[in-house]
Amino acid sequence: MDIELRNIHKRFGSVHANNDINVTFPAGRITGILGENGAGKSTLMKILSGFQPADSGEILLNNVAAQFDSPEDAIQEGIGMLQQDPLDIGAFSTLENFVYGRPEKVLPDWQTARTELERASAHLGFELEAEAPVERLSIALRQQLEIVRLLALGVKALILDEPTTGISAEQKSTLFEALQQLAHQDGVIVLLVSHKLEDVITLCDKVVVLRDGRLIGEEEMPPPGEADEAVMSETKSQLVHLMFGQELGPHIRAQVALDRVVLKLENLQVRDRRLQIDNLDLSLRRGEVIGLAGLDNSGQSLTMRAICGLETVAGGRVLLEDEEMTNRSYRRFLHRGVVFGAAGRLEEGLIAGLTLTEHMALVRSDGGVLDWAALEGMTRESLQHYDVRGQAGDRIEQLSGGNQQRVLMALLPENPRVLILEQPTRGLDVESARWIWQQLLERRESGTAIIFSSAELDELVAYSDRILVFHAGRVHEVADVAATTIDELGYLIGGEFSRG
Amino acid sequence: MRNLSSGPARLAFVLLPVLLSLLLAALLVLSVGREPLEVLQKIWQGAFRNTRSFAGVLNFWIPLSLASVGLYVTFRAGLWNIGIEGQILAGAVFSSWGALTFDFFPPELAPLQLLLQILLGVAGGMLWGGITGVLKIWLGVNEIFGGMALNALAGVWGIYLISGPWYPEGGSAQQSRPFLDQALYPALSRDLPVGMLAIVMTVIALILVPLLMARTRWGLQLKATGNNPRSALLLGVPVGRVAMSAFLVCGALAGIAGSYRVMFTYGSFRPLVAGGIGFLGLLVVLLSTMRPFWIPLITFVFSAILAGSTRLRVSLQLDSSLAGVLQGTLVLVFILFQGLRQRLETRRSELNTEDAPAAASGPGGLLG
Repeated sequence: MDIELRNIHKRFGSVHANNDINVTFPAGRITGILGENGAGKSTLMKILSGFQPADSGEILLNNVAAQFDSPEDAIQEGIGMLQQDPLDIGAFSTLENFVYGRPEKVLPDWQTARTELERASAHLGFELEAEAPVERLSIALRQQLEIVRLLALGVKALILDEPTTGISAEQKSTLFEALQQLAHQDGVIVLLVSHKLEDVITLCDKVVVLRDGRLIGEEEMPPPGEADEAVMSETKSQLVHLMFGQELGPHIRAQVALDRVVLKLENLQVRDRRLQIDNLDLSLRRGEVIGLAGLDNSGQSLTMRAICGLETVAGGRVLLEDEEMTNRSYRRFLHRGVVFGAAGRLEEGLIAGLTLTEHMALVRSDGGVLDWAALEGMTRESLQHYDVRGQAGDRIEQLSGGNQQRVLMALLPENPRVLILEQPTRGLDVESARWIWQQLLERRESGTAIIFSSAELDELVAYSDRILVFHAGRVHEVADVAATTIDELGYLIGGEFSRG
Repeated sequence: MRNLSSGPARLAFVLLPVLLSLLLAALLVLSVGREPLEVLQKIWQGAFRNTRSFAGVLNFWIPLSLASVGLYVTFRAGLWNIGIEGQILAGAVFSSWGALTFDFFPPELAPLQLLLQILLGVAGGMLWGGITGVLKIWLGVNEIFGGMALNALAGVWGIYLISGPWYPEGGSAQQSRPFLDQALYPALSRDLPVGMLAIVMTVIALILVPLLMARTRWGLQLKATGNNPRSALLLGVPVGRVAMSAFLVCGALAGIAGSYRVMFTYGSFRPLVAGGIGFLGLLVVLLSTMRPFWIPLITFVFSAILAGSTRLRVSLQLDSSLAGVLQGTLVLVFILFQGLRQRLETRRSELNTEDAPAAASGPGGLLG
């Protein structure tokens, strides 16, 4: 089977997530889909696998137009997607998970299914055990199960979303060997969505690169045998260049004299299910901006939340102007001028169902009885000042993402000591993003220190005094941002600390 | 979205379930070989044939309304306060303790005794609500499980009391020793036996609580916490304290409800004093779709059906639990239609805007 995408468009509000994508995925080839966060990779794959429809454009399977209204439709047509977190059911056994999703029978034929599972597992060099409960399997084994399951459903094209996150090197080579066998011997189309250059170069036959919703390049990868050090490195710099585009010119911003330390981390240790960060030391000065770089879930959010009491600090200390604040509640931090802004605005930060005035009343009012008229006046003024397109009586979810972010800005306290912001410009168009930074830099000039994370390398380089790069639990500091190029930062994010 | 919440569509979503549930109820009555209209008529007579029967309706309405308005507060904060039954019972136990203990008060101090007993009831309800809150907020026990456990505990405690310390001399262990007259709410009149003071408190609660919700910072903080506790925390709302206050307020109102049951309706303590009033209150608030002005009306209809159906046994030899079945049908169909409407609204808004989440309005948004 060949898959051809023609003129695919997809918009989310003002964001053009997929802009006229034309690409062909031939049978028996492994194609890498590369691009930074927000480039449109996931959107495209979700369209292809039936999770969401395109606004316009065609999907052709063997030159015949196909339409999917759901993932089941797509699987029926032979396209299956492996999610980053496999969609299995923990309480059931491997065999039970293998069988579910089959349309044909009410009562599964367990014996045949078991044989089938064992044969498929052996064929790909996997080590799946039929009786093992899925909740005790590693991510790698759950992936293997999902691959085998999708293939048993007749899938001829397999999409993998960041499959190498959270699995060991050995498991990775098992996976890669299986994928190569599937493509080159069994003729399956394999699509690999990834940020990780090395993985993509090792595994893929071809790579397509997306940036800002457009497909901007296709590169043949060197055959596995010929990928020596020099070829590898050259291919990498080509891809980095394609992914991140040209370096932007230097941004001009006011020099702020960095004076006393406001926030100090000593030997900080944080951990969650996936990763652990040890011995993080950091001194944040008044007016300083520190950018946190790294792939999603590399520990930036975990660290930022631990700093302000929203996650547990496992070891070390957090000091706010010499006051011990380790594992204090977020409200304590808030009272002392440390404000956190989350990336998911409506999930965390704003409250769906509440009007703009109600939001304002939550943060500004004091005393028991609310003077709604006065609050509404105050809100209207604030909306004007922050150039929000929306009425005081609108519920927050009625506003666009950019305007929601503006409202968040309006809700910040007057002069915070420290702002900790998760991806403050995520999903915003260029203008809105610039406006947000203008606001942030104004506060910086009055002494506010800022820690922010971003997936946009140029944003990090443009606004940070220092950058911390997070990769798999390690933190690398880039102290001289002016001397750093976007390419270098790209390597660091991919874990190539030696080059940085 | 617009189409479903305006004009004829909206009316249809109120009238259709009523008609459908009446139809179902009629079929049900027919199936036991009775005339539906006759049953309806008997229920009506049971509730409204004279002032004494009307007083019966009011005596249901008082505790049911108090419990419902309390639950309105906890629902606002995003909490499923299943423990309301236990809170009513705890209020009843505490008031009863007062009634049985303060029997040395001279009759001229009866008002003081009454006040003390009501306050004890409030304290009991708040204690039970507060424990649920502590379990939920600081120990991470879901309020539904905590509430169920505390309901059971209060029930067992009640049974222990009437078979032990409060065992009536020569009586059977169905209820405690009867209270002295001075320990009871004074009845308004012989023809209209209801506790006037309780009616006044209920009306005040029905007006005051929605007013506090709409006009105070506390009310707004409750709403914020209920809609999205994580965001509320980031906006500086003390979400733990706010949730706790909701449990305490609801507990206090449930406590008054419980005290009214023992200090007026029965005149003694019974373990079944809560009698499902709390659970019924949950349904009332769900049906009101968080519009508080509907609460007194819905509770009135429920009370009329409950009080009226006690006459079914006398006149038609039908068990009064038939009323419960009728009521259940009504509620089920209503909730079915609410779910249907929400589904249609979500689908519509999904078609209109790509990724705007469905507005969290009413208790439907509280499950998360």
